[in-house]
Amino acid sequence: MAQMNMIQALNSAMDIMLGRDPNVVILGEDVGYFGGVFRVTDGLQRKYGEHRVLDTPIAEGGIVAAAIGMGVNGLRPVAEVQFADYIYPAYDQIVSELARLRYRSAGDFFAPVTIRTPCGGGIRGGQTHSQSPEGIFAHVSGLKVVMPSNPYDAKGLLIAAIEDDDPVVFFEPKRIYNGPFDGDPNKPAVPWSTHPKGEVPEGHYTVPIGKAEVVREGGDVSIVTYGTMVHVCEAAARSLGLDAEVIDVRSMVPLDVETLVNSVKKTGRCVVVHEATRFGGFGGELSATLQEECFWHLEAPILRVAGWDTPYPHAFEWEYFPGQKRVARALTAVMEAR
Amino acid sequence: MSVRTARAGRERVLGLLAAMLRIRQFEETCARLYGEGKIRGFVHLCNGEEAVAVGVMATLGPGDAIVSTYREHGHALARGIPMDAVMAEMYGKATGCSRGRGGSMHLFDAATRFYGGNAIVGGGLPLAVGLALAEKMQGRKGLAACFFGEGAAAEGEFHESLNLAALWRLPVLFICENNLYAMGTALERSQSQTSIAARGAAYGLPSEAVSGMDVFAVAEAAGRAVASIRNGGGPVLLEMCTYRLRAHSMFDAQLYRDKAEVEAWQKRGPIVSLTTRAKAAALMTEEDYQRLLAAADAEVDEAVRFAEDSPWEPAADLGRFVYAEAGSP
Ligand SMILES: Cc1ncc(C[n+]2csc(CCOP(=O)(O)OP(=O)(O)O)c2C)c(N)n1
Repeated sequence: MAQMNMIQALNSAMDIMLGRDPNVVILGEDVGYFGGVFRVTDGLQRKYGEHRVLDTPIAEGGIVAAAIGMGVNGLRPVAEVQFADYIYPAYDQIVSELARLRYRSAGDFFAPVTIRTPCGGGIRGGQTHSQSPEGIFAHVSGLKVVMPSNPYDAKGLLIAAIEDDDPVVFFEPKRIYNGPFDGDPNKPAVPWSTHPKGEVPEGHYTVPIGKAEVVREGGDVSIVTYGTMVHVCEAAARSLGLDAEVIDVRSMVPLDVETLVNSVKKTGRCVVVHEATRFGGFGGELSATLQEECFWHLEAPILRVAGWDTPYPHAFEWEYFPGQKRVARALTAVMEAR
Repeated sequence: MSVRTARAGRERVLGLLAAMLRIRQFEETCARLYGEGKIRGFVHLCNGEEAVAVGVMATLGPGDAIVSTYREHGHALARGIPMDAVMAEMYGKATGCSRGRGGSMHLFDAATRFYGGNAIVGGGLPLAVGLALAEKMQGRKGLAACFFGEGAAAEGEFHESLNLAALWRLPVLFICENNLYAMGTALERSQSQTSIAARGAAYGLPSEAVSGMDVFAVAEAAGRAVASIRNGGGPVLLEMCTYRLRAHSMFDAQLYRDKAEVEAWQKRGPIVSLTTRAKAAALMTEEDYQRLLAAADAEVDEAVRFAEDSPWEPAADLGRFVYAEAGSP
């Protein structure tokens, strides 16, 4: 096995798929010649040529629209939207066209498009380089939505997404591209090589879409989360010395209800955590589903910890970011409730 | 060019040079402060493009509205947002022109009708159209000056905005800062029609390519355009041919262009070229230059001191300005 950070793992996934399947094509702004702003597609154009790795103009609507046409006509496009904050010009194409193509053609047509996009804050990106819009995609029927929290899952999920015949919106939490982040901006960066999930097979493998993972077993309380917050939640649980079970959702759509429900039935307590704004966020769906399925097992109301309901602020980044303290406060409240 | 310089007269030359120098020194200081970790996040400097900001702003009046991009420090300063408030915004301080909420890419200021930096490529063009339409419908004389990069001409908003502005003969001055590269992508690698002026013409806008390195050429072209717009002639597009002398942002190894190319453009930069021509025309001396440079440095130092001494907004105010507050206008 090799040591990889998330960038290298994602690159390796695309490298393998370009090599295995002549129909796989990568397109996006600065993905080819430049190698991607985060270097995720570095070297792929050199290796596979300009007809497999296409540089596009700055036109997110056009990029996704072209990917849909390519996908419906035999190719397997992987489109990059440089930051999730720039995905909105493409939202119409994703919602009105990509998500519905199979349904409205009664199964005649489909577009196996993967849309990769870096998301999340904690990098001082301010309003337009920090957002976590997964909830507004999870809300749209016909899309699959995933977000890995480590290099191993990133590669396995991306290969699974590219091989999937349905459209997948693939969110990459950029704060943890280079290493896990426990929410403390003043600590030195930790590289993935110190983390077991930084060990990544060089070859082809998949992590199935639709499967959550219990990343830390425990009996006191279940923490249901994904992306960067997985690491923040693990650290918060450690800081309290709680026997918390941490579940990485990994796939918002389809959602692995069984794994979540089994955990909450076992612990009787649950905190849902994400970085996206709280109101109408995906945490509401998680909380509602768990309440419906586990009501008679619950010892306390399910709490949510999320970003504040504001645009992502430049100056207040670390107040906005749901760090360890806020998670710990919710854990304490849930443990004390009876 | 030298004819223009000679006609301009000493005071005007020194005024334009001073305006460009304060932008240049501001940008250089931002780069230094970024290295020191005082300014964080995404920062895009406009070194090399100062003549566009200064030349255009010189032709506008207080009733006009400005719409800009994330590479907007120069526009903000040339428009007259106090340098203190711009620097404090870089720091994310409460005294910043957007109270630290936006940082480098999101400068806003009501007093100068500066409707924002905008980090969404193409995001500002439709806003300019709306501003201009409202201006016209309310019988006012202002225009909307909208800056954008050539990369934005690939976005749908560019095309929708030009069409609307032309269709409704709106008072919009579209100013494309064509610096040849959109991040790492050269213009000819990403657009079928590399003349942005030709695209303006396709929508029926009077459109012109201008040397954006010559502050007089910029001011003349902008002056003509503004006069035509104010006379009810409808929108105009100016393609300012320029070059960004620094990296796209603070994270850019510039592997997409040669050092030699950058050096060649450095020699043609707007500040060097004006200084050389004005000295040749005996309109200024090296002492004048040094005096203006020192004045610019002093202003920047003062702005840095102001930003450093300024308070952070209390975190309790995090949720303010998401919605209207009781008593707000
Ligand atoms: C909608 C959107 N897509 C992509 C980006 C990422 N991005 C930021 S700047 C940039 C290049 C823009 O080039 P240009 O318009 O020529 O302006 P310049 O940076 O050269 O001043 C890109 C692609 C963005 N900010 N917004």
